[in-house]
Amino acid sequence: MLEVKNLHVTVDGQPILKGLDLSVGAGEVHAIMGPNGSGKSTLAYVLAGREGYEVTEGSILYQGRDLLDLSPEERARDGIFLAFQYPVEIPGVGTNSFLKTAVNAVRKHRGERELDAMEFMKLMREKRDLLGVNEEMLRRSLNVGFSGGEKKRTEILQMALLDPKLAVLDETDSGLDIDALKIVAEGVNALRSPDRAMVLITHYQRLLNYIVPDKVHVLAAGCIAKSGGKELAHQLEKEGYGDLAGKTGAAA
Amino acid sequence: MAASVDTAETVQSIAGDKYKYGFITDIESETAPRGLNEDTVRFISAKKNEPEWLLEWRLKAFRLWTGMTEPSWSKLGYPPIDYQDAYYYSAPKRKEAPKSLDEIDPELLKTYEKLGIPLREQEMLAGVAVDAVFDSVSVATTFRKKLEEKGIIFCSISEAVQNHPELVKKYLGSVVPYSDNFFATLNSAVFTDGSFVYVPEGVRCPMELSTYFRINAAQTGQFERTLIIADKGSYVSYLEGCTAPMRDENQLHAAVVELIALDDAEIKYSTVQNWYPGDENGKGGIYNFVTKRGACRGRNSQISWTQVETGSAITWKYPSCILQGENSVGKFYSIAITNNYQQADTGTKMIHIGKNTRSTIVSKGISAGKAQNTYRGLVKILPGAANARNHTQCDSLLIGDKCGAHTVPYIETRNRTARVEHEATTSKIDADQLFYCMQRGLSAEDSVSLIVNGFCKQVLQELPMEFAVEAQKLVGISLEGSVG
Repeated sequence: MLEVKNLHVTVDGQPILKGLDLSVGAGEVHAIMGPNGSGKSTLAYVLAGREGYEVTEGSILYQGRDLLDLSPEERARDGIFLAFQYPVEIPGVGTNSFLKTAVNAVRKHRGERELDAMEFMKLMREKRDLLGVNEEMLRRSLNVGFSGGEKKRTEILQMALLDPKLAVLDETDSGLDIDALKIVAEGVNALRSPDRAMVLITHYQRLLNYIVPDKVHVLAAGCIAKSGGKELAHQLEKEGYGDLAGKTGAAA
Repeated sequence: MAASVDTAETVQSIAGDKYKYGFITDIESETAPRGLNEDTVRFISAKKNEPEWLLEWRLKAFRLWTGMTEPSWSKLGYPPIDYQDAYYYSAPKRKEAPKSLDEIDPELLKTYEKLGIPLREQEMLAGVAVDAVFDSVSVATTFRKKLEEKGIIFCSISEAVQNHPELVKKYLGSVVPYSDNFFATLNSAVFTDGSFVYVPEGVRCPMELSTYFRINAAQTGQFERTLIIADKGSYVSYLEGCTAPMRDENQLHAAVVELIALDDAEIKYSTVQNWYPGDENGKGGIYNFVTKRGACRGRNSQISWTQVETGSAITWKYPSCILQGENSVGKFYSIAITNNYQQADTGTKMIHIGKNTRSTIVSKGISAGKAQNTYRGLVKILPGAANARNHTQCDSLLIGDKCGAHTVPYIETRNRTARVEHEATTSKIDADQLFYCMQRGLSAEDSVSLIVNGFCKQVLQELPMEFAVEAQKLVGISLEGSVG
């Protein structure tokens, strides 16, 4: 599904990722952990194609294609979804109508018929119950006046609606209390499927108690410092990142 | 919800047509000779078979105008206009006035179809009466019968001069006098046509009245004159929308609109303006110098102006309200979008004269490319306007770093009990918002259109439904090429 090789990325001329390798297969859930400033969010943005993140070396293959050739919207339509750490507010744009526009942009690309208002509402009702998102919230402007938890739940609702092949969740657990965390995790777990890959980016092991990953990677100073199974997360919880950051020869 | 639902889709369906309405219909015009002098004024008046008093009024205006100078206080730059190098009258040729649509030139009907406003369909489906102004003469008026049953007069102002001279004489120039300003005075001298509406006492107009303007003959400045009178306790909603064919030469447009609301009457006037803005290099485009003013003469009367200005190379326009009657209400909702080299200097004047008068101003200016967008507004509270209230909100949105937004509010208060509030914001379209939309599969242009429509929502929702849809499309089209 996703093959990242020797990825070097600079932002404003500053090297952030320095030779990152990552391979994620269909149906797998990988967690990327690491201290602040290690490049976790940079990886998320590079995968989504954000402007200003310059790939200076290395390659990213997605479903066998060169991902770097594609614009952000082409990647999105081709099934890459990024759940944002800080979902943006768009005043005056209703959440419902935004989601319908997005769903139809993706459907059109896949050669599927665009949904009319009624069909969309039906699909929406199915998905929203899954995440405890109420109707009133969807009538408000996108993310405007939403609490942290509401924003994150809406992100996962979007993921459910857009049905991606590769979902990247950037610090989806940050700012959530334990109840909200459980709801979000349940939503994510319900979306696990054999033909969908997920990359969970998180600072804390806490999220991984609810979403159990197939693999855990530690990102430190711009490359993967260590990889392992789910037990690696527990080890990190006990020992911290200090050692690993030291091993790569750079402080995080 | 409807206001921004389908923006992205509709924009997509239209994408690719830079200026969809850029075509010219081949209809022979019977024009006055080029240039402007007393003979031109007499020619127009004679063509229209006008009574003596109206000719005299035109001539007074013309004589005054020859001694006036063009105003230069706006933040607009354009080459000097040679008023002698234009035609002041052109009318589609026809032998007799048509009695039904069947008698209308098929060429003309085709033009309307291209514009997406087939009169036939409108007559049957939409419930909208259209007084179609093609060049300078109204050629088709539908639904008149239905309106007549209610005693409502909706016709071209030329017809009104013939059939209802007492109303025209009483009200023409009573809100915008012929001496008002350079462009209004010019209009008074040479106006060719426009709409006339009279809603009698206690009548609620059962449909939206709509006029589609279209400038067609080459180098013909359009001088529309619109007069709307809402008698006591009546209500009318009037829609004005326009498109124009693509052209190289600048075209001058100097319209005057006068609204009069008597006791307990309400007039809602909505505009979607989509005239040719010029090309990406600032070549061509319409010069739009408009005087629009409404008088709330009666107690508890209300006038609201809602405008979506996306076209024209130059826009000079300040729809205003004179709040004379006690408890009268004036509202101004505006979206002004400028892209490439467009310039807009637009706003409103709210003149509070009566007690307990209230006004609301909501202005949304959007600039992209190398465009300049200025809000200029005056709120004036006269000594008699006890307890007058005004709230003004001016928001500007910038796309790119070569455009400009300017806010110039004037506030004059001469009554201590009045309360005037002004809020203004300026923001840039946010890279985070754009990326977020694109990450959900929207193209850059659809993303801009969506964000801008959201920014404008407060104004868009003031428009009648059918206009709101057209306005949303225009917002998208107007900003094509502004990002990426």
